[in-house]
Amino acid sequence: MFPRLVYESFRRQTRRKLLAGVAITLGVAVATAMIAVATDIGDKINHELRTYGANLVVTPQEDTLDVEIGGVNLKPPSDGAFLNEQDLPKIRGTFWHHNIVGYSPMLPVTANLGDHAADPVTVLGTYFSKPVHFGKDDVVTGVRITHPWWKVRGTWPDDDSPDVLAGEHFAAKLGLKPGSQIRLHGKPHRVVGILSTGSAEDDQIVAPLAVAQEVLGKPGAVRRVYVSALTKPQDAFAVRDPNTMNPQDRDRWYCSPYVQSIAFQIEEVIPHSHAEQIRQVAQNEGTVLSRIQGLMLLVTLAALFASALAVSAAMATAIFERRAEVGLMRALGAGSLSVAALFFAEALLLALLGGVVGFAGGSLLAHQIGRSIFNSQISIEPVLFPIILAIAVCVTFAGSAAAIRRAVRLDPVFALRGEA
Amino acid sequence: MSTSPVMQTPQQVADRRSGGPHTSMFLRMLVRAAVLRRGRAAAALFAMVVAAAVATAMMNLYVDVQAKLRTEFRNYGANVVVVAKDGQNLPADALTRIESALGPKALAVPFSYAVARTQDGKSVVVAGTDFARARQLNHWWNVSHWPNAPEDALIGMRAAAVVSPNRQPFDLTFQEHTIHLTPVGLLQTGAGEDSRIYLDQSAFQNWTGLTPSTIEIAVTGSTLEIEQGIEQLTQVLPTADVRPVRQILEGEANVLNKTRATLYAAAALIVLTAALCVLATLIGWVFDRRRDFAS
Repeated sequence: MFPRLVYESFRRQTRRKLLAGVAITLGVAVATAMIAVATDIGDKINHELRTYGANLVVTPQEDTLDVEIGGVNLKPPSDGAFLNEQDLPKIRGTFWHHNIVGYSPMLPVTANLGDHAADPVTVLGTYFSKPVHFGKDDVVTGVRITHPWWKVRGTWPDDDSPDVLAGEHFAAKLGLKPGSQIRLHGKPHRVVGILSTGSAEDDQIVAPLAVAQEVLGKPGAVRRVYVSALTKPQDAFAVRDPNTMNPQDRDRWYCSPYVQSIAFQIEEVIPHSHAEQIRQVAQNEGTVLSRIQGLMLLVTLAALFASALAVSAAMATAIFERRAEVGLMRALGAGSLSVAALFFAEALLLALLGGVVGFAGGSLLAHQIGRSIFNSQISIEPVLFPIILAIAVCVTFAGSAAAIRRAVRLDPVFALRGEA
Repeated sequence: MSTSPVMQTPQQVADRRSGGPHTSMFLRMLVRAAVLRRGRAAAALFAMVVAAAVATAMMNLYVDVQAKLRTEFRNYGANVVVVAKDGQNLPADALTRIESALGPKALAVPFSYAVARTQDGKSVVVAGTDFARARQLNHWWNVSHWPNAPEDALIGMRAAAVVSPNRQPFDLTFQEHTIHLTPVGLLQTGAGEDSRIYLDQSAFQNWTGLTPSTIEIAVTGSTLEIEQGIEQLTQVLPTADVRPVRQILEGEANVLNKTRATLYAAAALIVLTAALCVLATLIGWVFDRRRDFAS
């Protein structure tokens, strides 16, 4: 009899059930989408923060002081120590290699321009977008990834070609355009693009690393490497010295993607190197990230609250409409318990149905938000499904409870006469 | 038979009779409905109030959060740099001009640079600045102790290893002029600053005779406001190059746009849900009283 009552209730009151069902579905969809976005926003914003550029710099351990004012290096170019270009792919061999978005080696050298006998110019050798092979990994790295604010008018040079970029101030001074020819140390080079960075590179020539190494006469030499890594905001544990930790703490520190532990791991794989965080980028990341995460948490709570309210309101309405039915059941001798059980069973069915459809809808919504705002997937944890379903059932029950209690308490006489 | 104490024209009486009972009956229905169905009315009111509050809070948050985040982004430091054009000096009153042009929304910090020699002949870059301002602008500078006396120097980590490995006082020479400095604080940034020695601007100027060549400015505001600021600066400082720091500007614009878009989507969803809640309540409210409308 009980299943039949529930079945008939759904069959005969399709419209009303649909109304409550739609409310639950929408509520669950909004909640799912918001929870998915909020749990993933940290990762997404972390990726976006990489537009600020590298957060780690690797230099030779025994380097001499930089003597640099306004981007002009006054140190003799062959002075000081170098890193070996061959060691760089090992960065991809560190524990947190999946968190390393990219790296760019830099080698500033000074060169004389053949036909412009004027001042020597700084030639900055680097990777633009170079395929690098390490173990089973094939990745592309260079300034186009680590320095996304560098803009080129014309085309980017190929890393294996002798083509170069001219900084915009430098190009304006010499009247260079994409396609112009210049001579560096007696060899002709084609300027394929004009580079605008808003900093020192605007007065320099930026060339593939091999070109700068040739000018310097030191194949394989790299002055410093900028590494862009996804990191976890720094906390008190992050700044501790790993050498003073006990083995468990050290493992935990080593296996957390703090900027400090990534620097430590880079030093391990690149011989005679010193890796350090670029504080301007690394320190602020944490603050911005935690602010945005806090904000999204707040918004998610508001969304959950609003959906819970909407579901409760819809359920209360749906039950209130059926007072006459309750009166009839009571008049026929049904106890409060069986009446309440009927309503709760209906609510459970509605919540489960609405929960499943809402979860699917919410996942789609989260997916759309991820696609349109961040150009990437928002991953939805499967563990979220039972949680969302449980929340949907709880909220539906809570929303129905007050209405059911009042419906059951009604005097059947008044209820049947519609006077309640 | 009672007479009206105040004489009324027939028109006034007609008005009173047509309007009076009608209005009071309407009010009565409203009041009785609210009083007799207290629970229902309170529930509906509660739902409306909460929905409206949530929707308002979201809209406020959406508007407010951009300003809040912009302030947060200023921790990244200067987004505009003023440098002297080749072969020219910045005017002596450059800082005052910048401040009067941009007002309180900007923080400007002067820097002057020179290459000095240590006693054993090594070159090191020395910079003069206003420490109070630099401290405000560059939050990420990790400084063990900020200098306050004129001969106190703030030395970068890498410079310290060269000029004063044991934190002992040292001498620097610039064009035959020697200055005696005490390293009071260590500076760590992970960038070029680590190789420099920072002095107070007046001490630096007394020693080298050089005036500031670079002014770093943090302008708070939208992209448009910053562009306007740059334009204003170009006008008040014709002998200088005013450059936006693209790394900072573009990073900020990118993160802010993404956050704003996410927040916008979230706010839209929440307002929609709140509207749904009001709708469900009102439908219930009306359904409940179908008989009263004799439908």
